[in-house]
Amino acid sequence: MSKLMTGSEILLECLVREGVDCIFGYPGGVLLPLYDAMYEHPIRHVLVRHEENAAFAASGYAMATGRTGVCCATSGPGATNLTTGLVNAMMDSVPIVALTGQVHTKLIGSDAFQEADTFGITRAATKHNFLVKSTAELPRVIHEAFYLASTGRPGPVLVDLPKDVLQEGCHYTPVTEIHLPGYKVYSEGHTGQIRRAAQMIWEAERPMVYAGGGIVTSGASEELRRFVELIEAPAVTTLMALGALPSGHPNFISMPGMHGSYAANMGMTHTDLLIAVGTRFDDRVTGRLSAFAPHAKVIHIDIDPAEIGKNRAADLPIVGDARRVLKKLIKVLEELAPYHRERNAPARAAWWDEIRRWQAEHPLEPAVSDTEIKPQHVIAEVDRLSNGEAIVCADVGQHQMWCAQFMRFSHPRLWINSGGLGSMGFGLPAAVGAQFARPDKLVFAVVGDGGFQMSIPELSTITSNGLPIKIVVVNNGYLGMVRQWQTLFYNNRLCAVTLDNFPRAEHLGAAYGLPGRTVESPGDLRPALEEAVKEPGPYLLDVKVSPYENVYPMVPAGGAISEMIFEEPKPVEEPVE
Amino acid sequence: MLQTISLLLENKPGALLRVTGVLSSRGYNIESLTVARTVDPELSRMTIVVDIDPQLRRQVIKQINKLVNVLQAIDVTDTPSVTREMLLMRVRAPRAARAAILKEAEIFGARVVDSSVDGFAIEVTGETEKLDEFINVMRGYGEIEVTRSGVVAVSLESRKPRLSPPVPAGDEAKNNHRVNKGVLN
Ligand SMILES: Cc1ncc(C[n+]2csc(CCOP(=O)(O)OP(=O)(O)O)c2C)c(N)n1
Ligand SMILES: [Mg+2]
Repeated sequence: MSKLMTGSEILLECLVREGVDCIFGYPGGVLLPLYDAMYEHPIRHVLVRHEENAAFAASGYAMATGRTGVCCATSGPGATNLTTGLVNAMMDSVPIVALTGQVHTKLIGSDAFQEADTFGITRAATKHNFLVKSTAELPRVIHEAFYLASTGRPGPVLVDLPKDVLQEGCHYTPVTEIHLPGYKVYSEGHTGQIRRAAQMIWEAERPMVYAGGGIVTSGASEELRRFVELIEAPAVTTLMALGALPSGHPNFISMPGMHGSYAANMGMTHTDLLIAVGTRFDDRVTGRLSAFAPHAKVIHIDIDPAEIGKNRAADLPIVGDARRVLKKLIKVLEELAPYHRERNAPARAAWWDEIRRWQAEHPLEPAVSDTEIKPQHVIAEVDRLSNGEAIVCADVGQHQMWCAQFMRFSHPRLWINSGGLGSMGFGLPAAVGAQFARPDKLVFAVVGDGGFQMSIPELSTITSNGLPIKIVVVNNGYLGMVRQWQTLFYNNRLCAVTLDNFPRAEHLGAAYGLPGRTVESPGDLRPALEEAVKEPGPYLLDVKVSPYENVYPMVPAGGAISEMIFEEPKPVEEPVE
Repeated sequence: MLQTISLLLENKPGALLRVTGVLSSRGYNIESLTVARTVDPELSRMTIVVDIDPQLRRQVIKQINKLVNVLQAIDVTDTPSVTREMLLMRVRAPRAARAAILKEAEIFGARVVDSSVDGFAIEVTGETEKLDEFINVMRGYGEIEVTRSGVVAVSLESRKPRLSPPVPAGDEAKNNHRVNKGVLN
């Protein structure tokens, strides 16, 4: 039964058993035994150009599919370079497993060449991490890592692998069972609580559904749609959940929060029952907490008990998997419907009237001009080509918020971005991961001129692997989001936000081996995008947009979400000394 | 306000750091911490006394319970429980004061564990307040040096930890997850 194998071979065998088909990584000294075992191994290794991008690509892969992404990096600098990607996956609950090389077990703690305390450094950056001390425990650890990453509230798990652990031979017997007695996953919601929730929902006059990334993670989109239709409530989806409800759904009133729609924020402010599912009341959603949903009772459904009551007290907590809980809840709601449905009909009709009025008052509409290219216009044109079906990987900044406002998504797992950490440089490598995971899909990387320049080296990963990613640089010549805050709240004293000397797309493309084109007039925008999409391979479009556009609506920091601004406030008086 | 947390955790490298990490990353100061193996050598029992804003106590307990190595974390501050601390003290005792020191020790139920020409080494066990009091009294007799063990607690209510059962390893382990296989080019 058992076979003599090296640690590296055992590791790859365990990855095969976990269904891994590709690894995003970067080799180094202590990983040589592993890379030697990967030679001609069926698992595909994708050489990224920086370890941070290995973690981002693995995240893009995971977000596009729901499967666990895998990345790998060598000891010391390789592992420290991964860390931003780990924290990003932690914040957005993305299932990834990171494999890092470590110095020989006998050298650990001796400041050996390329030694870093990866186990210590990544403790707070991961859901859990392991330092493997012997080849014998390797199979158990690998399977535990995948189990932890992908179940409950998903997240990054790191396995630190000393060189000798990878090198030594060991009799391998497949692990059949994982035992983690202290790892609690509460997936079934409490039946009594679900019953009470149903009662509260039918009793509400102004219910509102607030759905988060947990819907996408648990695959609950269909349940969410049935739920909002059954209770006839307006619904918002957070930045992490765009696509969880089709954008064209009549009950969908866009995203809430700092750059959310007027209707979403007013709805959240006036609802009497907020039904939060798979979401964590992030400060970018709630604004000033004391003024958030002040009239609402809160039903909070989440798989992570520590999220419940963290930022906002829940009147009715339900700990469980969003899909399972919604399924049960729908059943109970249906049972109760005949007795309750008509009960608040007039109040509910009035509630919808209000929502529609707010929508009409400040609709989300992209600005378009025929003399200059507005950044919103770029997003609207990408949206037209996508038609709700393409994968869109955004970077971080203004363009990301405009994507969130104007892109339509007909399904979950099409919208991929860095939400909780807001990590620039995410968009392009995430698109690499997403395109590997979904070769059948049209993938756009919509990036800012700042974030793109953090990830330019991945252009060669893209061309080396023939990934037909369409890169759209929304080039405003600024670190736009920071420039917006300096304009609005610091008297337009622009400091360190100008991005001069952006490389010419034609030249950059030629240097890396992909077509590149600069677009400068509104009339060229549509044909250029169409050309990019028609091209069978990757394409780089640099779209020069008006530099001074701001993202509106906006809730200024510390403000209530009902206090949105729609234009530049009057200049702030100079403080008198 | 001081809070006493009793934890049952796996006796594994790094487990202690994970627990203290939850507290230190939120800026809480640990007043005392004790940890030792339980009857089952694979598990440790830990008692932490920490100063936490009362409103955040439940949140912190939940965060600690989330740790993979933690089987159970309970707040024993306001539940029936017994807490004890041990103290070892060296006290310089000139001949004239020795009798009085011994008398005082007896009142506190302390034991003399070493005696020399310079003074005594004394061991005393009790609740934190009692030990504070003992220190105060002994200070009056001269120079002292104190080592305290930190609080250990045992809950008087039986609360069995809820342990997760084993699951199958490999891709099968996630059969409750909707798996969407990607294809490679
Ligand atoms: C790694 C990192 N560094 C700094 C920031 C702060 N930051 C947020 S948005 C932004 C500007 C992004 O500029 P650009 O990529 O050009 O996008 P734009 O806002 O102009 O659309 C900056 C610097 C960040 N989010 N991430
Ligand atoms: Mg920019």
